[in-house]
Amino acid sequence: MAKGIARRIIPGFAPTLGLTLAYLSLVVLIPLAALVLKAAGMGAAQWLDTLTDARVLAAFKLSFGGALAAALVNGLFGLLIAWVLVRYSFPGRKLVDALIDLPFALPTAVAGIALTALYAPAGWIGRFLPVQVAFTPLGVVVAMIFIGVPFVVRTVEPVLQDVDAELEEAAASLGASRPQTFRLVVLPAVGPALLTGISLSFARAVGEYGSIIFIAGNLPGVSEIVPLLIVTKLEQYDYVGATAIAALMLLVSFAMLLAVNLLQKWNRQRMGAAS
Amino acid sequence: MIHVEHLTKRFGAFTALDDVSLAVPDGRLVALLGPSGSGKTTLLRILAGLDHPDAGSVHLDGLDATAVKTRDRRVGFVFQHYALFRHMSVAENVAFGLNVRKGPGKPAKAEIARRVGTLLDLVQLGGLAGRYPSQLSGGQRQRVALARALAVEPRLLLLDEPFGALDAQVRKDLRRWLRQLHDEMGLTSVFVTHDQEEALELADEVVVMSKGRIEQIGSPAEIYDNPATPFVFQFLGNANRLEASIAGGVARVGHWRVAAPGIPDGPGVAFIRPHEIDVDLADPVAAIRHQVVLGPVVRLDLALADGTAVEAAIDRETHARLALRPGQPVGLTARRIRIFAENEV
Repeated sequence: MAKGIARRIIPGFAPTLGLTLAYLSLVVLIPLAALVLKAAGMGAAQWLDTLTDARVLAAFKLSFGGALAAALVNGLFGLLIAWVLVRYSFPGRKLVDALIDLPFALPTAVAGIALTALYAPAGWIGRFLPVQVAFTPLGVVVAMIFIGVPFVVRTVEPVLQDVDAELEEAAASLGASRPQTFRLVVLPAVGPALLTGISLSFARAVGEYGSIIFIAGNLPGVSEIVPLLIVTKLEQYDYVGATAIAALMLLVSFAMLLAVNLLQKWNRQRMGAAS
Repeated sequence: MIHVEHLTKRFGAFTALDDVSLAVPDGRLVALLGPSGSGKTTLLRILAGLDHPDAGSVHLDGLDATAVKTRDRRVGFVFQHYALFRHMSVAENVAFGLNVRKGPGKPAKAEIARRVGTLLDLVQLGGLAGRYPSQLSGGQRQRVALARALAVEPRLLLLDEPFGALDAQVRKDLRRWLRQLHDEMGLTSVFVTHDQEEALELADEVVVMSKGRIEQIGSPAEIYDNPATPFVFQFLGNANRLEASIAGGVARVGHWRVAAPGIPDGPGVAFIRPHEIDVDLADPVAAIRHQVVLGPVVRLDLALADGTAVEAAIDRETHARLALRPGQPVGLTARRIRIFAENEV
């Protein structure tokens, strides 16, 4: 837009943008701004005090570290699931496809209780595992994997469908083996979508509360996640401490998502305009 | 040398190839010509190993390649829609076939770069090595696809509708250029097309296919001048199709009598090319219904006395000399008429 009053081909720019901004403000921006404002009300010393607390640091480490681990696991297996669903046809494929969305719809508390029952030391799965899953950081990661997997599958699936079989045939005719074709042709084509799926899964895992608190055991400093810490602070009427933690969480999440978006943009520009 | 013997391929109830045999000698440029559904692309894909025949064999240089995987066939394949790797630059696309090689067969980095440079110069894209496919025009993409296929030094180059997605002028230029490239590099090439003009202009040998079978194999002049079947006659250029009746080796077609040796008595079909009809003003047998100027020729839509529509193409001078106008009765002389028995059609 070099000139402000350039005529536009598509009408309705002003009302639609206005509506969008008003809506976004009401639903997203104002609550977030209030959060930042509240957190900004406290002094630097108090900030530092709250955020360098060992318990808080441990919770941050678990929330972001666990979310990252879960997102990576989801990236790997989500890609695999999407591959199987797109490339092969087998009886029950539609059913499996529908099952993928269940974590979206299931109340998170239900998921949490189910996972806890399964992975508890005496549970159906837990009793066969050499390590304890429920009530440990590992349990947190398991819950995060559960709620994050649809994001990867649903973002990768349509892109994988678009990857022309001709590309793989071309690679084969040029002498590439199947693993080479996958690594050099298929993976780069679905790469941006996969990255988006992983970052969505990551963001969801960072913010997840309901399913995790059941399986985590919530030992302070060991298996306590940041959202739970915020709730604990709120229950103790420590509103300032809660907002400080929330604001930092917001900042870190925003920075990471922004970084992923910039990475995607750089990747797109490298390849020129989309054809 | 490629030998294809008794290839049959079915997709469900549809027979794509029905007992097809073909030999392509080294150094030839062969066109597989036919309408869609004729099996030409299936044949090409089987040559590349991208499809597998239900029966029959493919021999490359005397060795049975029927069970050999695509990647071990050393066959270059150029796809109709190019199938370039979008996340790779032009140079990376061309280098792909060399980069995926393993062991002693893999050239050194500098050697790969040198060969990519040579190939890009060959396809006249020397300055665009760093571009991405999305930044190229259709004709440029097609040439990248060709360079990529040539990089692995294929013993056979296969092209699927290579000019199908390009506009007319680019198509003409690329055609001429491909013919030259084929001759200079001593390639053996097979390309698929549904465009008879393209097949006749470009190929040494044209294989006309219909419904999974080969109708005729021959040089462009042979198949144009002596079509073996009514299908070939109609598919290669315009043709008037008229009813004929044959008795004692002579066919009656409208007011014409034509020798039809070896064709059994009974009903038959006659084909006449529009440009092989002469128009005069003596003995009128038809009337001009409509006339259109098409560059150097005038196309006349004629109606015979019994109402049968016939098309004739005459040059502009003759048209002007005879001062022809719609509604005028004219006489017709066919310089050449091909007769086929009814059951051949």
